[in-house]
Amino acid sequence: MTNPSNEWQPSAELTTLRKRAVFLQKVREFFYSRRVLEVETPVLSSVSATDPHLDSFTLKEGETLQRFLLTSPEHAMKRLLAAGSGPIFEISKAFRQGEYGRRHNPEFTLLEWYRPDWRLQELQTEVVDLLHWLGFTVQPEMLTYRDAFLATLGLDPFIAAEEELLSAAVNCSGLNGTDMDRDIALDVLMTHLVEPALPDAVFVCDYPPSQAALARVKDDSNGQRVAMRFELYLHGMEIANAYDELTCANEQYKRFVADNDYRKRVGKPQVPVDHRLLAALEQMPAGAGIALGLDRLFMVSEGYSDIRQVLAFSYSAC
Amino acid sequence: MASYSTNEFKSGLKVMLDGDPCSIIENEFVKPGKGQAFNRVKFRNLKTGRVGEKTFKSGESVEGADVVDLDMEYLYTDGEFYYFMMTDGSFEQHSADEKAVGDALKWLKEQDVYTVTLYNGSPLSVSPPNFVELEIVETDPGVRGDTAQGGSKPATLSTGAVVSVPLFIEEGEKIRVDTRTAAYVSRVKS
Repeated sequence: MTNPSNEWQPSAELTTLRKRAVFLQKVREFFYSRRVLEVETPVLSSVSATDPHLDSFTLKEGETLQRFLLTSPEHAMKRLLAAGSGPIFEISKAFRQGEYGRRHNPEFTLLEWYRPDWRLQELQTEVVDLLHWLGFTVQPEMLTYRDAFLATLGLDPFIAAEEELLSAAVNCSGLNGTDMDRDIALDVLMTHLVEPALPDAVFVCDYPPSQAALARVKDDSNGQRVAMRFELYLHGMEIANAYDELTCANEQYKRFVADNDYRKRVGKPQVPVDHRLLAALEQMPAGAGIALGLDRLFMVSEGYSDIRQVLAFSYSAC
Repeated sequence: MASYSTNEFKSGLKVMLDGDPCSIIENEFVKPGKGQAFNRVKFRNLKTGRVGEKTFKSGESVEGADVVDLDMEYLYTDGEFYYFMMTDGSFEQHSADEKAVGDALKWLKEQDVYTVTLYNGSPLSVSPPNFVELEIVETDPGVRGDTAQGGSKPATLSTGAVVSVPLFIEEGEKIRVDTRTAAYVSRVKS
């Protein structure tokens, strides 16, 4: 029996929360100094991400209507870009069902920003500027998804035989290989072997096209199709995810449908397609966008290993 | 038996893994931002005592293990089995074989209370309390007036366990022992 008289206490120390307030203020100052417009978009919406590996919380509205708590503000922010907002940023709460652990809280704070007309490289420079502004002294290395796999496993994630990837994934996890496809095997290898071996600060880029989500796809120097994405990792922990944003509504529609097909196969609920986003994409300027987990970045800056140490009240405390 | 989804995993949860009852020691949630989520679990096999690791796809379910820890008084042994009785007033008895008693054997004293872990109703393991009081049946004669000097000697207890005791302790005395480290704690005045 836990001591009920202590259950009201915050998860984080008050001194940590005071530092967190300063940290958030500095993030805002960074973007204000660069004339990036702060926006606020809804967290409650009739449509949500179709991504098969993201589970939105759903809420009932009356007897028949359903609303989602959003997994990110991406769709609404893109509609603002299409309307001509110029560069924008948002610090918002995002919600992802089932994501709970040392580095995950189902409700978390996301910093998302968009740079019309920018390429991923310029965005990377800005991420490093932000890190330095916040007091980090890191200079992240650059690594392709392929090279990260080659360095740890000696396997090329794009051309290695499926059986080879599956057997490596089964070996390191004890998972059953029979219902494992190529992408799941890559996710197993990434989380179990590649991430823990990453350099302390690194941008991982050029993901498999099957993991493109809302990013454009290009041919890399080996003639391999790759998603124009990068992720920032600090101490083996994923901090941010950036896209060279897909602006083709047709292609985006196909990916939404493919996501829902996948969801059907694995027994997950269908997510209504966001037609307003599709209509806006045709007007949206090309550019780069990024989502960054602020709780995690603050964890790293304070040297904490558990996300609960930086939250006023963690998921299990409310 | 109920089954548990990965999001109910936490340390201490008893589940069936590869046909054996296991206790979860550590559960870590991992997920590549745009990919499949997994729970990486470290567990102890309650039959073999061995520690292992296994990964689950998040959202999967596993069968719970019918494992309970109960307080029971040790009664006697017939040479093959060790008999324990529930302390809840039901007088219900359970017989544990030598494998289940395991290392607790050297601390087993009649009428003392032990934690007996039942799996599907039968004893799977026996844990002694952290401290037991036992009589010394054999040790070298004590050295009088030497209490401050330190130094130690082996002493055999009534259960057969051998522990290291200070030189001044005599045969026939009762001592308090920490079962986790097999270390002498103090004399027990009778």
